[in-house]
Amino acid sequence: MAYSDKVIEHYENPRNVGTLDKDASNVGTGMVGAPACGDVMRLQIQVNDDGVIEDAKFKTYGCGSAIASSSLLTEWVKGKTLDEARAIKNTEIAEELALPPVKVHCSVLAEDAIKAAIEDLHGKQAD
Amino acid sequence: MKFPLYLDYSATTPVDPRVAEKMCACLTPDGVFGNPASRSHPFGWEAEKLVDQARADVAALVNANPKEIVWTSGATESDNLAIKGAAHFYQKKGKHIITLKTEHKAVLDTCRQLEREGFEVSYLDVRDDGLLDLDAFRDAIREDTILASVMHVNNEIGVIQDIESIGNICRENKIIFHVDAAQSPGKVEIDLERLPVDLMSFSAHKIYGPKGIGALYVQRKPRVRIEAQMHGGGHERGMRSGTLATHQIVGMGEAFRIAREEMASENERLFALRQRLWDGFKDMEEVYINGDLEHRIAGNLNVSFNFVEGESLMMALKDMAVSSGSACTSASLEPSYVLRALGRSDELAHSSLRFTMGRFTTAEEVDYVIAEVRKQVERLRELSPLWDMFKDGVDLSTVQWAAH
Repeated sequence: MAYSDKVIEHYENPRNVGTLDKDASNVGTGMVGAPACGDVMRLQIQVNDDGVIEDAKFKTYGCGSAIASSSLLTEWVKGKTLDEARAIKNTEIAEELALPPVKVHCSVLAEDAIKAAIEDLHGKQAD
Repeated sequence: MKFPLYLDYSATTPVDPRVAEKMCACLTPDGVFGNPASRSHPFGWEAEKLVDQARADVAALVNANPKEIVWTSGATESDNLAIKGAAHFYQKKGKHIITLKTEHKAVLDTCRQLEREGFEVSYLDVRDDGLLDLDAFRDAIREDTILASVMHVNNEIGVIQDIESIGNICRENKIIFHVDAAQSPGKVEIDLERLPVDLMSFSAHKIYGPKGIGALYVQRKPRVRIEAQMHGGGHERGMRSGTLATHQIVGMGEAFRIAREEMASENERLFALRQRLWDGFKDMEEVYINGDLEHRIAGNLNVSFNFVEGESLMMALKDMAVSSGSACTSASLEPSYVLRALGRSDELAHSSLRFTMGRFTTAEEVDYVIAEVRKQVERLRELSPLWDMFKDGVDLSTVQWAAH
């Protein structure tokens, strides 16, 4: 399968790889996927007092498209409010990376990851 | 070194230049272009002579009688002809067939078709080393079993089944025994005079011959009957009609002839390369060989690099051609059914790479592969949340995953 230039670019130079302190009250962690399915995405976001995402980190086990989807997502969510981040659609990711139909699930996983991270953060802040 | 490196010899091989030369001499006006079935002029006679020589060369590598070789378009057709042909011919004796879950699709899908026609098929599990448990095979035999089909060498993991013992069990039970040997000639000694095998499928392009040509061995003593699947001019004693493709056949013959001459030294060389490759990986953490290492062809190494997904690893190894059991490499999004049949977890199946080396692989190439794979596995593990968890001592099997 041929990859788009954008997938290759993100895959070779992934942005924001790493880990944030998952116990910090202003960090939300979303982990989606399963090893048995061939992809697991961990996305972490850190918000400031205004509810704006000031940092995002990811680690992904999966194919090149899954790695590129999560890398792109971390770029996109930085500087966004939680509501704006929640509004990101998988189709936008798929379109930006020119994912073929068989790889669209990678973008779905990325959308699930940001939603899970926001939910985790809300859970913490409700405590 | 010439990039990209080719380490996918089980997928196909380049045609040996010596083979290509012989083939080219059978195409043009000043070559042997005649129809081997033309009996009335020298063009036909010359072509027939070359076809006979090729038949003898193919037969010689597997110690069969040339009259037992039927030309086909490749191993897929041979598998179809053998399995459907024998099933149809012997169906009055019974309608049960035995095969393995790790067979090639050419066998599995042919069996599926026979199921649709009313046959019953038992698909046997293999042991976790990829080899068939002979007791399980014995247990699967029924009164109405007419045919068993077991591959000689597995295309993904390279393990060699004990076809002699399996064949003996078939003989005791009067079951026709077909062996898919697409991957084994030139790699494993085959002596059909001695082996209890009734039907055996061969391919040319796995052994430095051209694509589009194969053969089926059909034993004469005792005589095995098959029903033709292709009807027409009655070529190949009625078992497979169609004008013989002289240049393809000549290519297959020459490829088998060269293999017979060179297989001993070639296998020794490949074994050393495989050893070198594995020595380069085996001190890494969480690396697993898939399939038995002892009963295995020399050129195959199938390894799982745990916590790294196979397709992304292949993407990183962009200057080399390898293959993976990862789901992402297939349209179905299912990981390798062969690795799953060994009882490998889905994770390890997703993380597998198959390196297959051959005639033109060098030690220098192997060293490059080792260095590059180590570097990229390390890089991708740094990117892998599973590697993080493993390093933190988390038992991944206890994690509740949000499967999708």
